Amino acid sequence: MSIEVSMHEDEFKAGRALGLDHRKLGVWLFLSSEIMFFGGLLAAFLHYKINNPSPAEHALLDVTLVGINTFILLVSSFTVVLGLDAIQHGNRRRLVLFLGLTMLLGAGFLAGQGNEFVTLYRHGMTLKSSVYGSSFFTLTGFHGLHVLIGILWAGLTLRKAAIGRYDDGRYTGVELFGLYWHFVDIVWIVLFTLIYLT
Amino acid sequence: MTVEAQIAQEKPNWRRYFTWNTDHKVIGVQYMVTTFFFFLIGGALAMLIRSELAQPGTDILNGVQYNRFLTNHGSVMIFLWIIPIWAGMGNYFIPLMIGARDMAFPKLNALSFWLIPPAGLIMLASFFVGAAESGWTAYVPLSVAAPFGQTLWAVSVILLGTSSIMGSINFVTTVLTMRAEGMGFWDLPLFVWSMLATALMVLVATPMLTAGLVLIAMDRLVGTLFFNVPAGGDPIFWQNVFWFYSHPAVYIMILPGMGIISEIFPVFSRKPIFGYKAIAFSSLAISILGLTVWAHHMFASGMNPALRVPYMITSMIIAVPTGVKIFSWLGTIWDGKLSFTTPMLFALGFISMFLIGGITGIFLASIPVDLHVHDSYFVVAHLHFVLFGGAVSAVYAGLYYWYPKVTGRMYNEKLGKTHFWLNFLGTNLTYLPMFVAGLLGMPRRVVDYAPEFASYNMLATIGAFLLGISTLPFLYNAIVSWVRGPKAGSNPWRALTLEWQTSSPPPEHNFEDTPVMTRWPYDYGESPLAEPGVAPAAGD
Repeated sequence: MSIEVSMHEDEFKAGRALGLDHRKLGVWLFLSSEIMFFGGLLAAFLHYKINNPSPAEHALLDVTLVGINTFILLVSSFTVVLGLDAIQHGNRRRLVLFLGLTMLLGAGFLAGQGNEFVTLYRHGMTLKSSVYGSSFFTLTGFHGLHVLIGILWAGLTLRKAAIGRYDDGRYTGVELFGLYWHFVDIVWIVLFTLIYLT
Repeated sequence: MTVEAQIAQEKPNWRRYFTWNTDHKVIGVQYMVTTFFFFLIGGALAMLIRSELAQPGTDILNGVQYNRFLTNHGSVMIFLWIIPIWAGMGNYFIPLMIGARDMAFPKLNALSFWLIPPAGLIMLASFFVGAAESGWTAYVPLSVAAPFGQTLWAVSVILLGTSSIMGSINFVTTVLTMRAEGMGFWDLPLFVWSMLATALMVLVATPMLTAGLVLIAMDRLVGTLFFNVPAGGDPIFWQNVFWFYSHPAVYIMILPGMGIISEIFPVFSRKPIFGYKAIAFSSLAISILGLTVWAHHMFASGMNPALRVPYMITSMIIAVPTGVKIFSWLGTIWDGKLSFTTPMLFALGFISMFLIGGITGIFLASIPVDLHVHDSYFVVAHLHFVLFGGAVSAVYAGLYYWYPKVTGRMYNEKLGKTHFWLNFLGTNLTYLPMFVAGLLGMPRRVVDYAPEFASYNMLATIGAFLLGISTLPFLYNAIVSWVRGPKAGSNPWRALTLEWQTSSPPPEHNFEDTPVMTRWPYDYGESPLAEPGVAPAAGD
C-alpha cells in the first residue's frame, strides 16, 4: 500500500501544463492577482494625480535617495538569479550566500524607505496631510510590506538550503521565491517611474 | 501517511468534517454545509425585512435597524452563500470530474475553507458593535461615516475575498495540470469549464475589491483622505473600484450555475449537449466581457454622458453569449426523453426565471430606462430573479443532482418536488410584484413606502415566507435521507461524466484505478451501445 501511495504521489507531482510545474503555475496565478491588487492602489494614486497634476508635496520627494534604493532592489534581483544559478550547478554554499545577500539588500531597501518616510513626515507630508500623501504612503507602504514578506520568504528558503533540501535536481523552491522577488522588484520599477519620475 | 492512518481516514467519520482535513471531498462538504447555514441566516434577515415591509409604516424595525439588516442580508447572501457555495461544489466535483485524486494544493484548499467561518462570525458579530449600514455596496461617504461594525464588515469581506482568490488559484491549477490521461480541453465537462472561467474572473476582479476595501479601512482607521471630499477625495472612485469587482461578481455568482445546468440537461434528456464548444466559449466570453461593463451601475452617479454609451453597448453584448447558452440548453432538451426529476425541475425553473432576470438586465443596461428605474424595486426584482431564481435554483439543482454521489443515498423525490414547487411559486410571488412596484416608482432601500404600494408588498412578503417554508422540506430531506435513504449506487442517473464512474461516496483519492478518458462525457443516446449499462435511476 505504501508503495502504491508513493507511486501516486510521483504521478501527482508530475502534472504539467504549459510546460510549468503546478507549484509554479500556482505562484504565477497568485502574482496575477497581486498585479490587480497593486493596480487598484495605483489607480487611486493616478486618479488623484490626474485630478491634481502638480501637488505641492511632490517636490518633497528625494529622487536621488530613492534612485539608490531602486538600484539596491535591482541588485537584489540579480543576487537571486546568481543563487539559482549556483544551485543549478549543485553549489549549495553559494546559494546560501546569495540568499543571505538578497535578504541584506532587501533590508537595505526597507531601511532606505523608512528613512524616506521619516524625512517626509518631518516635512509635514503624512498619510493625513493630503490625498496625495494618503495615496503615496498607502501604495509605497504596501510595496514595502511585500518586500518584508519577501525577506521572510528568502529566510525560509535559506534555511531549507542550509539543511540540504536543494540540489542540482531539486530547486523549484528557490525558483518560486525568485518569481515572487522579481515580481516585487518589477512592481517597484513601475511605482518608481509613475510616482517619482513623472 | 501510514496505512493505519489512511484506513482510519477512510472511515465515514462525521467528526472529520469539524477538523482541519485536506481531502477535497471533506472540504467540499464543509463549504456546502457552512454556506447553507449562512444562507439560512441571510434568509432570516430577508424575512425580517419583508415583515417590516408587509404594510406601510415602520412597525417592527426603525430606519437604522432596517439599514443594518438590509446590508447584512445582501452581504451574507453574496459573500457567505452564493460565491462560496460554488467553491464548495467545485471542490467536491472538479477533481472527480477530471479524474484527479485531489486538488493541486490540498493545504491551501483547507485554508481557503477555514477562512470562511471566522469571516462569517466577524461579519455577524458586527451587530453587537453597530453593524454595517451602508448596503452591500458600501458606498462612500456612508461607509466611512458608519459605526465600528463597518470596519468589521470590511475585514470580513477582505478575508472572504482572500479565500476566494486562493480557491481560484487552486481550481485553475487543478484543471490545467491534473486532468486524467486522454482528457483534452474539449473533453472537459461544462461545469469544469464554467468554474475555470469563474476562477479566472475571480483572480482579476477580486483583488481590486480588496484594494478598494483597504482604502475604506484606511480612511476609517488611520484617517487617510481617499474619500474625504473637502480634502480632494473622490467618492466616485470607490464606485468604480467596487463595480469593477462587483459586476464581474454577478457572473462569478451565475456562471458555475450555468455549468451545472449544462450537466443536468443532457443527463435527464438522454441526449448529447447541444453546442458544447459554444457553451464553453460563451463562458469565457462572459468572463472577459464581464470585466468591461461595470459603469452601467453608475449611469445615475453623474458620470461623463459620453462614457455611458460604450458601457451600455458592452452590457448589451453580454446578452449574446448568454443567449447562446440558453438556446443551446433548449436545443439539448428539444426532442429529448425528458425525466422530470427534482434536479431537472430546478434546471427548468432556472431557465425560466433566469430569463426574466436576464432580459430585465437589458432594460437596465439601456441608459434612458435605467435613469428612470434606477434605485427602484425594479432593480431589486431584476437582481433577485438572476440571483435567486437563477443562481439559487442552480445551487438546488446541483445539490439534488449530486446528493447521491456525496452521501451514497437517494433523496426522497416527493419531498424534492414539493421543495421545487414551493420555491418556484415563492420566487415568482416575491419578485414579480416588485417589478410593478418599481416601475410605479417605489424606491428601494427605504424602511417605509407610500400606501399605494401596499398590495404589491403584501404579495412579496407572502412569497418571501413561502420561500422560507420551502427550505424545510429540503432540510428534512437532506438530513433524513443521508441516514435512512435507499442506497444510491455509483451511478443512479446513468451519467457519463467521470464523477459517476466511482463509488458513492467516492473512496479516499477518488478512484480505485487511475481513470483514463475513453469517451466524450455527453455521448448520450447516440446508439443503444452508447447508453451506459448501470443500474436504472432510483425513485421514478
